[in-house]
Amino acid sequence: MVDAASETEMPRAGSNVGLAERAYRIRRHAVRMGEVQGQGYVGQALGVADVLAVAYFHALRYRPEDTLWEERDRFLLSIGHYAIALYAALIEAGVLPEEELATYGTDDSRMPMSGMAAYTPGMEITGGSLGHGLGIAVGMCLGLKRKRSDSLVYNLLSDGELGEGSTWEAAMSAAHHRLDNLIAIVDFNNQQADGPSTAMLSSEPVTDKFEAFGWHAQRVDGNDIDAVREAFDCARSLKEPRPRMIICDTRMAKGVPFLESRDVTHFIRVEPHEWALALEALEQGRPL
Amino acid sequence: MRLSKFEPRFAVNERERKTTSAMIASIAPDGVLTRNAPFGHTLARLARSRSEIVGLTADLGKYTDLHVFAQEHPDRFYQMGMAEQVLMSAAAGLAREGFKPFATTYAVFASRRAYDFICMAIAEENLDVKFVCALPGLTTGYGPSHQATEDIAIFRGMPNLTIIDPCDALDIEQATEAIADHKGPVYMRLLRGKVPVVLDDYDYRFQIGKARLLREGEDVLFISSGLMTMRVLEAAKAMEADRIGCAVLHVPTIKPLDTEAILSVARKPGRLVVVAENHTIIGGLGEGVAALLMREGVHPVFRQIGLPDEFLDAGALPTLHDRYGISTAEIVGRVRVWLQ
Repeated sequence: MVDAASETEMPRAGSNVGLAERAYRIRRHAVRMGEVQGQGYVGQALGVADVLAVAYFHALRYRPEDTLWEERDRFLLSIGHYAIALYAALIEAGVLPEEELATYGTDDSRMPMSGMAAYTPGMEITGGSLGHGLGIAVGMCLGLKRKRSDSLVYNLLSDGELGEGSTWEAAMSAAHHRLDNLIAIVDFNNQQADGPSTAMLSSEPVTDKFEAFGWHAQRVDGNDIDAVREAFDCARSLKEPRPRMIICDTRMAKGVPFLESRDVTHFIRVEPHEWALALEALEQGRPL
Repeated sequence: MRLSKFEPRFAVNERERKTTSAMIASIAPDGVLTRNAPFGHTLARLARSRSEIVGLTADLGKYTDLHVFAQEHPDRFYQMGMAEQVLMSAAAGLAREGFKPFATTYAVFASRRAYDFICMAIAEENLDVKFVCALPGLTTGYGPSHQATEDIAIFRGMPNLTIIDPCDALDIEQATEAIADHKGPVYMRLLRGKVPVVLDDYDYRFQIGKARLLREGEDVLFISSGLMTMRVLEAAKAMEADRIGCAVLHVPTIKPLDTEAILSVARKPGRLVVVAENHTIIGGLGEGVAALLMREGVHPVFRQIGLPDEFLDAGALPTLHDRYGISTAEIVGRVRVWLQ
């Protein structure tokens, strides 16, 4: 990654304190954005923060000041409602100014509730209609290969999104075209709008499915930064001519225990006084 | 039109009947001047000097004339398999990386199956993808699974999208060049295989967004698109014998509509205005023209020739074109009645 210097400037007690601190800050930005709206997909942002910290501060090649830099790695957010999480990562990465988080979801903001390419620098595609990102990634990977570019395409999906048939068309296509420049990540939090994903339309055994579709597939604890980083390293260094999948089991609202234990966490309701409590809870779990 | 389920419609040995396979590969009747695969040949030629052009299809290369491009430029051709959703998404991805993708399938599959992918991955971001689709309207006898009778109605509401319905081989060749020059998403209805050449008699030049008055006449104004322009030109000639003068305005761009040209010819008083389209009468050129005339306070006697709001029969195309009123003979018959 281009912005590597800042990671080494982070306070550290172990090898990954820098990434853990990044994840803490991403969570903090997300909670502050949630407070602007008084509600929102904060649970998802807290859950996926560790994955985004590894993506943006360990794996991706990008220039914060030039989000259309031709040699960047592309990060596609299929799941438009996770925009709050990506904005938090983009703020932390220096793509968006931190003070702008106060505009999240307000009229004419560059940070609408559902992510759209035309609104936000660093938002590569318009997500939100689930099942689009992986197919677009296939086309971008084909295009990058035509250009003989070594840039990678990352696509963040959710477990619920795997119910969309188009995702599986794209999965077949990626393997058929031997797209070794594609790294897909599934945030497997086992939650979707009407309940647990595995109880709505189960994608299990999901790792086996992707392997059967011709992918290199790994499954890791998505809130274990070391494990996530190793999975990204494995996916990036693999020599096989296959697309790579990383299934990340994550916990909704990770880092804020009183929200983690709440029943309905797809669209989390937080009482006005609880935002400060959430920030306090994050502070208590902040790495040294 | 449909008969009761499974009732035999005729005795097997009754008489010789036309077969469904007649004219599957081409809408051209015997003896008409045609050119072969005008879209495929034009795209292959354009691609020689334009490295950004790539082609994709969902298992219908041969049936959309894209095989001509694929044979000449195999390294720029992507066979996506029978998967229209990823066909459109991947075309969007290639456009994002600076390429100019031409994606082909049948019009039914693009409009019905891949709609959300065209809408959100391509049109919403105004990406430079052209999707060129065969079997528009009633150009196959295979029945509703293959007959895209409502494709224009489906696509007309999509912002950013340009919609082209060319008439003949000349129109297709020129439109292919024009849409390759145009930046932004385009849906083009495709006539494939041996395609009649008609417009070379009319000093014609295709331009996106422009309608062309092909002939003048005092009694009837036909406003038409696609293959119906061929038919109304034939109908106009047939009615010359009865001293019925027919003007023909060809409107190959359905969206954006050439409102100026339509209004200027429709304002001429005393003419019956007939919009003819190879499409259901719901949501196509006819309704587009009607709304325009209403908005602008132009109120000629107005009629539509198009397909009924039904799932259509299977059968031979000439039979079906007569049955649903879009053959030349049917057009002439209806217009004569309307003029009485």
